[in-house]
Amino acid sequence: MIPTHFYLALSAILFSIGALGVLVRRNALVVFMSIELMLNAANLTMVAFARQYGLQSGQIFVFFVMAVAAAEVAVGLALIVTIYRSRQTIDIDDMNRLKG
Amino acid sequence: MTFELVLFFILAAIAVATAVGMVLSKNSVYAALYLVTNFISVAIFYLLLDAPFISLAQVTVYAGAIMVLFLFVIMLLGAEKIAPELNWRDMAIPLVLAAALMVEAGLLFVQRFSQPFTASADGAAFADPMSMSVTLFVDYLLPIQVTGVLLLVAMVGAIVLSKPEKKGQA
Repeated sequence: MIPTHFYLALSAILFSIGALGVLVRRNALVVFMSIELMLNAANLTMVAFARQYGLQSGQIFVFFVMAVAAAEVAVGLALIVTIYRSRQTIDIDDMNRLKG
Repeated sequence: MTFELVLFFILAAIAVATAVGMVLSKNSVYAALYLVTNFISVAIFYLLLDAPFISLAQVTVYAGAIMVLFLFVIMLLGAEKIAPELNWRDMAIPLVLAAALMVEAGLLFVQRFSQPFTASADGAAFADPMSMSVTLFVDYLLPIQVTGVLLLVAMVGAIVLSKPEKKGQA
C-alpha cells in the first residue's frame, strides 16, 4: 500500500506546476489547461483521502468537480472563441479592455 | 519495494514530466497532448486508490470530452503558435512563487498527515460502482440534479456565446 502522503506530495507538485502555468503563459488556452491541471491535483487529493478514511463521499465530490469542470470548459472555450473573433488574439495581456 | 510503489513512482514521474511539458511547450497542440497523458496517468492513480468508477469517469470526461473540446478550439482558431515565446527573465518571480507554494503545500501535508497509513480492510469493496451509484443517487440526489441543470445552463450558454453576431446588433 502506498502511503497517503505520497499522493498528497504529488498533488502538491502538480498543483504548483499548474499555478506556474497560469502565471507564466500568455496563451489563454494554455492558461485554461493549467487550471484543469490544478483541478485534477485537487481531485487526486480528495480520492487519496477517500481511501484513507474509507469514505465514498470523497469520490462523489470528485465526480461533481468533474461535472463542474466540464461545464466550465464549455463556457470558457466559447468565451475564448468569441474574444478571438472580436480581437484576433488570445494573448491574455491583450485582453485589457472590457469594451468589446 | 513492492510492485505498487514502483508503479507509483514511474507514474508520478510521467505525471510531473507531462505537466512540466505542458507548461513549457510552445505549440498549444503539444500542450493539449501532454495534458491528455497527464490525465491518463492520474486515472491510473485513481485505480491504485481503489476508485475504478472515478478512474473511468476521468478517462471519459477529462481525457475524452474536455480535451477533444480543447483540441477542437485550438485547431478552429489556428492558435497553435499564437502566444509569444516564453521569456525566462519574466519567469523568475512566477517560478519563485510556484516553488514557495509547492514547499508550503508539501510541508503542510507531510506535517499533518505523516502518520502511518492504515488501509481499510475492505479497500476494493467500498467504492465498487454498485455502492457508488447508491450513494450518488440516494444520498446525493439533489446535488446530482442540480449538476444536471448546471450542465444544461452551460450548454445553452456556450451556444449563445459562440453564436455569430447578427448585423445591426452587437
